[in-house]
Amino acid sequence: MELVQMPKNLFVADQLLVVVLLINFVMLGSNRLMFCIRAAATQGVILGILPGILHPFSFHITLITVLILVGKGIVIPGMIGKAVRDVQIKREFEPFLGYIPALILGAIMTAAAFVFAEKLPLSPEHENLLFVPASFSTLVAGFLILTTRRKAISQVIGYLVLENGIFIFGLLLSETMPVLVEAGMLLDLLVGVFVMAIVINHISREFSSTDTSRLRTLKEE
Amino acid sequence: MITFIIHCLLVIVMPPLLLGVITKTKAEFGGRKGAPYFQPYYDILKLLKKEAVYSKTTTWVFKAGPVVTLAATFLASLMLPLGNHSAPVSFAGDMLLFAYLLALTRFFTTLAALDTGSSFEGMGAAREVTFACLTEPALFFALVTLAKMSGSLSLTGMLTYSSSSAWAGAVTVLLTVALFIVLLAENCRIPFDDPNTHLELTMIHEVMVLDHSGPALGYIQYGASLKLFLFAALFYNIAMPIQTGSVFFDWLLFIAGMLGIAVAVGVTESVMARLRLTQVPLMLITATVFSAFSMILIFR
Amino acid sequence: MVYALVFVPLLFAVVGWGIKSRQRPLVLLAASLVHLVMSMMAMGVDQHPTDNGWLWLDPLGRIVLFCVSVLFSICAFYAVGYLRYYKRRPNRFLCVCMLICLAAMSLVTMAQHLGLFWVALETTTLTMAPLIYFNRNARSIEATWKYIMICSVGIAMALLGLMFLAYSTHVAHRDATLVLGKLIASAGDLNKAWLHAAFVFLLVGYGTKMGLAPLHAWKPDTYGEAPGIVGALLAGGLVSCSFLGLIRVYQVFLATGTGLVFFQKTLIGMGLLSMAIAGIFIAKQSDFKRLLAYSSVEHVGILAIGLGLGKGATFATLFHIINNGLTKGVLFLSAGNIHRSYSSKSVHEVRGALRRLPWSAGLFLAGFIAITGSPPFSPFISEFGIVTAAFEQNHVAVGVLFLFFLAVIFIGLARTILPVVLGDPPSDLPDSKYQDRLLTVAPLVLVMMIILVLGIWQPAFLLRLLKDGAAMLEVRS
Repeated sequence: MELVQMPKNLFVADQLLVVVLLINFVMLGSNRLMFCIRAAATQGVILGILPGILHPFSFHITLITVLILVGKGIVIPGMIGKAVRDVQIKREFEPFLGYIPALILGAIMTAAAFVFAEKLPLSPEHENLLFVPASFSTLVAGFLILTTRRKAISQVIGYLVLENGIFIFGLLLSETMPVLVEAGMLLDLLVGVFVMAIVINHISREFSSTDTSRLRTLKEE
Repeated sequence: MITFIIHCLLVIVMPPLLLGVITKTKAEFGGRKGAPYFQPYYDILKLLKKEAVYSKTTTWVFKAGPVVTLAATFLASLMLPLGNHSAPVSFAGDMLLFAYLLALTRFFTTLAALDTGSSFEGMGAAREVTFACLTEPALFFALVTLAKMSGSLSLTGMLTYSSSSAWAGAVTVLLTVALFIVLLAENCRIPFDDPNTHLELTMIHEVMVLDHSGPALGYIQYGASLKLFLFAALFYNIAMPIQTGSVFFDWLLFIAGMLGIAVAVGVTESVMARLRLTQVPLMLITATVFSAFSMILIFR
Repeated sequence: MVYALVFVPLLFAVVGWGIKSRQRPLVLLAASLVHLVMSMMAMGVDQHPTDNGWLWLDPLGRIVLFCVSVLFSICAFYAVGYLRYYKRRPNRFLCVCMLICLAAMSLVTMAQHLGLFWVALETTTLTMAPLIYFNRNARSIEATWKYIMICSVGIAMALLGLMFLAYSTHVAHRDATLVLGKLIASAGDLNKAWLHAAFVFLLVGYGTKMGLAPLHAWKPDTYGEAPGIVGALLAGGLVSCSFLGLIRVYQVFLATGTGLVFFQKTLIGMGLLSMAIAGIFIAKQSDFKRLLAYSSVEHVGILAIGLGLGKGATFATLFHIINNGLTKGVLFLSAGNIHRSYSSKSVHEVRGALRRLPWSAGLFLAGFIAITGSPPFSPFISEFGIVTAAFEQNHVAVGVLFLFFLAVIFIGLARTILPVVLGDPPSDLPDSKYQDRLLTVAPLVLVMMIILVLGIWQPAFLLRLLKDGAAMLEVRS
């Protein structure tokens, strides 16, 4: 790889995205729920810092940064954390796909995302940056967590990671995305997780478990 | 010439000291006084003076095991640069020979273990190669990454190169984590294996060498410490690419760094519990994923 | 004026949160009536887009608004009667969420900024979740969980699609935008690769929300367990809103020229698949609420086919939005009445409803006749229009399959619904407190009348609206 002189802020952003990608792996390989929640929160915080790094200072960007930091870094992890404490479970047991296969699959998908992103017609200033591959692989990691875990809380965490992946892609556009819409999306995510947390609570009360594979009553006869 | 002499001297003399430092660190953590720093030397010397006992069922493989292991490890050590000094033996592609020499030591250790015909040692051999399947990719990916970054295919070129690539920072962090895990796993340290334990449920490396005695066991212990020394030096070269400029200070820095790594290993062993056997692959895969990821970053 | 359509329900929602639970349904009713009056006033008037192009109640939006507003009013009337029957249950969440949902649905109809559209649509998804859990039992919590997880993930995919769409404008002219007007104006030079990726994700996203096969997995469970009133809002309101999302995407593709054919073929394919799957599952269904869910899958398929055919079919498709929404309202609400009277929704136990609940059962029967596309009700006209367009455009296979599936579904529905309605009630059935009341029947009769009238004669303002809407979906050459 030859040395491309890239602007300092993009360089920092890329290094932060590497951390985001590593967090994906950590989450794919871990079964401790609180740990996963904190990891997702860290991811959220990094995503919150990124717009500030990428774009010159403005009221718009500051507002977005603050909103994301509070939303993804504090409120959402807080809500899921409370749900975890309420239903008193610590770990994910027996996922549909083991941690090692999930981790390997995640790694393969990440590699595929990098290859795929090379092929996309990106606009010149976004080439050679990590945003697109990071976005895709985070998306896939979230999807993997969502689909391979049994516990309702793990699935919510997967959903969060998936949203983070979409958000990374949105960073390429965040200057043009109006703050109202951005705030609306965040609010929807917030309310969504809030509702999910409540539903989890009710599931655990109703079924004495948060294992979603027990939700099997409704089906075609 | 002086570099060559110092290199050989360090390789021959220093390894058991690392074991001593680790034991001492653990003792300090446990609030004990601990064995002296040079205890491993005394142990090895004592073993060398003893007479070896060989089981009647074993063949020449059993006897060859420790010797080949030690010889191969020593040969590998000649290819690895220590600090910023080039290694005595260096040619394009020596990284492959290095990796395969290490594989050869494992091959003979496990073969010797199987040669005893004991199911107990066979189990250890099985575990050893299973985990090796998972650590070796991590090591290989790391080496490939370094080769790509430096554009050199020899260990000396790869490791003494100070990188200026945009990804150097991230890759260094990734490889540091990955190689530290490899270092612990390859040398049977906690949390992967406990060199002190003799519980049949948990042992990996120790169980394979149970039947060795006398000088053979001495070779094995010395070889193990040499292996630790090798991995620590590899780790040192990646994690600390600082140069002082002066040859003399570089050597001092290297020795201090190696002792520092030994302390770090000791601290890790003190604060961590041994992993359950089922969790070990997960950690090793993590290391592999980390170094594979750094490879993706560099090859992009 | 148009803003009031969003803010009035929100205001009432705040009021409704504060007051006593006995008066809360009345707040719901008042809000719905105010909303109905306002939207009827907005029907005939041509609006202008706001300066930044974000909000514009265009003819397409007005069609959906008409459907939503009328449907919501019936539901509000019904809710008063319904909540009077369940006096002891807390109704705060039901009323407040319904009102927020109404506000969000109104915003959907007028949002021209696709990001804003997405936010509003996601809000409708979220507000419905607590309502599905209104019955508070194990089955409904399961349905809620499936609904919220599948729809949230689906709609997240739509968000990614929107990002891709915005990125295609960024690649084209460095000025990323999601305002529909600007997108259409600059559609010719948008980046094709990103546009196609956007299309795939938007179709998956909005398709999941609509329940287009094969993304309909949540639908039977949710519709089966939700109270009738929620089912009506989901099948009539939310489906129309998410279909509007597809229409917006269609508008962009129409302007790009290329790629439209692919879009249309996919829509037709998914539409036919939806009808086929609905036909299969309706045939062996013994739960009449799940039956309605599959009927909804079928009609979502019809809408998709209509949009996919384009040209002559668009008028009928837009009309079908209204017809489907209103008829589904009648079906779900009357099915809810029957469910309460029998405390069961299995056809093995529910028989002879016409004896026990003459009005509700009659309405259910009429709704069945209407939804299967039999004259003289209005769904007949719209479905007929779509089939005619298919044959006119030489899509003979599509037309034949369409008719075949309609026939299969008619037989399947008849097999289940006729025994429920006709015949004698089982003799061992315990008496139920529940009987037809004015409030749970009269609004349904009114809507059934509307459906009937629309089938015979369409008012001028509606015709103009549909024509304007269809004109917006025509290829400009």
